[in-house]
Amino acid sequence: MAHAAEHENPLYGVMAEYDSVQALVEASRHAVAHGYSVLEAYSPIPIEELNDIIHRKRTKLSRIILAGGLAGLATGFAMQYWMSAVDYPMNVGGRPYATWTAFVVPSFELTILFSSLAAAVGMFLLNGLPQPYHPVFNVERFSLASSDKFFLVIESADPRFDKAETTRFLEGQGAKGVYDVAA
Amino acid sequence: MANNVHAQATSTAVLDVPVIAPGHDFETVTESVAQIPLARRTPLGWVFGFLIGLSLLMLLQVSLGYLVLKGIGIWGTNIPVGWAFPIVNFVWWIGIGHAGTLISAILMLFRQQWRMSISRFAEAMTIFAVACAAIFPVFHTGRPWLAAYWLFPYPNTMALWPQFRSPLIWDVFAVSTYATVSIVFWYVGLVPDLATMRDRAASLFKKRIFGMLSLGWRGSARHWHRYEVASLILAGLSTPLVLSVHTVVSFDFAVSVMPGWHATIFPPYFVAGAIYSGFAMVLTLAIPIRAAYNLEGLITMRHIDNMAKVMLATGLMVGYGYTMEAFFGWYSGSFYERAMMWNRMFGPYAWSYWMLISINIGLVQLLWLRRVRENTKLLFVMALVINLGMWLERFVIVVTTLARDFIPSSWGMYTPTRWDFATYFGTIGLFLTLFFLFIRFLPMIAMFEVRTLLPQAKVKAEHGH
Repeated sequence: MAHAAEHENPLYGVMAEYDSVQALVEASRHAVAHGYSVLEAYSPIPIEELNDIIHRKRTKLSRIILAGGLAGLATGFAMQYWMSAVDYPMNVGGRPYATWTAFVVPSFELTILFSSLAAAVGMFLLNGLPQPYHPVFNVERFSLASSDKFFLVIESADPRFDKAETTRFLEGQGAKGVYDVAA
Repeated sequence: MANNVHAQATSTAVLDVPVIAPGHDFETVTESVAQIPLARRTPLGWVFGFLIGLSLLMLLQVSLGYLVLKGIGIWGTNIPVGWAFPIVNFVWWIGIGHAGTLISAILMLFRQQWRMSISRFAEAMTIFAVACAAIFPVFHTGRPWLAAYWLFPYPNTMALWPQFRSPLIWDVFAVSTYATVSIVFWYVGLVPDLATMRDRAASLFKKRIFGMLSLGWRGSARHWHRYEVASLILAGLSTPLVLSVHTVVSFDFAVSVMPGWHATIFPPYFVAGAIYSGFAMVLTLAIPIRAAYNLEGLITMRHIDNMAKVMLATGLMVGYGYTMEAFFGWYSGSFYERAMMWNRMFGPYAWSYWMLISINIGLVQLLWLRRVRENTKLLFVMALVINLGMWLERFVIVVTTLARDFIPSSWGMYTPTRWDFATYFGTIGLFLTLFFLFIRFLPMIAMFEVRTLLPQAKVKAEHGH
């Protein structure tokens, strides 16, 4: 297709601007139905439907968080057991060294701590953040994507991507504007 | 459907308003919040408030500096009242923090949409309150630089480990986890709004700062999907966490054998008191802020009303706690428990007990009246008085029990010194300073969440279900 043209002028994709949630969701549905597969929607609010339309699979983040929590629980009990019963056993009022009931509270707190950190760090890393540069920011209008405008980008990596044809397709989807996104 | 937080058909006009005033759209919501930190001119009222906070913060620096030089003898804390202002203030501040987590986590799980416009600054309040709270136990040790190995398990030269069977160590884990998770949750919530600030900032300097803080957030469908999962799970994790924190704080007392402390009602009663005082603090902050920054369309009378109702409900739980304490004192059949209760009511600190009862059981009943909940000025004053009431509660619990324990020969009176007060008011200065900096430099309302409340944010289903 247009491979020769891409090498001369590297293009990340074509971006369409919409001014409502509904328009963005409908355009995404049509683009997917039209056969596009490498595309992304950008919005100032979370829109649950978009992930189902475009990516069609849920994140593995929740499993990472579970692993974090279990690691915290294990760390809590192991640490307290080792410190109180192995490394420096201390007889306090004749109580056993491994008083596991007393260890519940710090272990619980570490479970919460580790899983919360896994949630935040996992979310940022899976999202590829921090990321200082991304091609979509080359489009001036994109600064409105965090206030009140909605954008759909069909990327040049899409096998069906053809600059002229994709631009025409997006213009036909009620876009308020269609822009080239420099890589 | 969830829009109707309380489905009362017969409400008067003032309180019967939606959670977001009509006429708002994506742009007006964004603009009315984002313009505050981006404004070039600092409002005079802000400067005035900030200077008050800063002056009190300097008082804190002086009193802590003098404390480190002289030792904790400058405080009135002494045997038999070995726990006095420091723990009273610690519990007071930690309790205030709890409302922030309740609003951002528990109300999120219950899908209470009205929480959205107050959650950001309530969470900020939590973080600053925990920072103030942490000062007291750390400096109460006298030599905070040596206290680290009593508190945290790290390999030290004496090869000692903390005593994990002590509620005080549980408290260290609970409070430090609470502080960390609150900061993480708050920052995660801020990132999409920081991206908005980055995109709206006019000067390159502000663009860069907000750009770095927002980590390159671009609001893609994939970003948002992971973001929503992370937020929901963080809310689910913060909920048991916040309940555990004040439970563990109450264990500091309840696990001991002192009359008046050794009670099973302490954990729930402490948690209710925490939320009660926290909502009083949120009202103390929200009422002036919405007026000063013209945010009445986002923080509506509906919010004020709901917060007053939460305060009333938790206030009644606290009142139940006081009643049960008195009942247990009598029903226990223990001579010492009865003497403790008698001493609280008619002993040398009786004034503090009756002040506490008249505020937390008496005054709070005014909140039943719609006319009171409609009157923001009166609510503001009530919130301040309720904060005082909750401070008195901790004073009564801590001081009356310690001043008169089992043997009359070990009794003794406690009188706070000027340094006790200076440290306490100093932490209020730290709190105010941090809070004023927050409202000047960060978006104080979660813009992206409030946008989702607008009718424009809804998607019509493809096939209709």
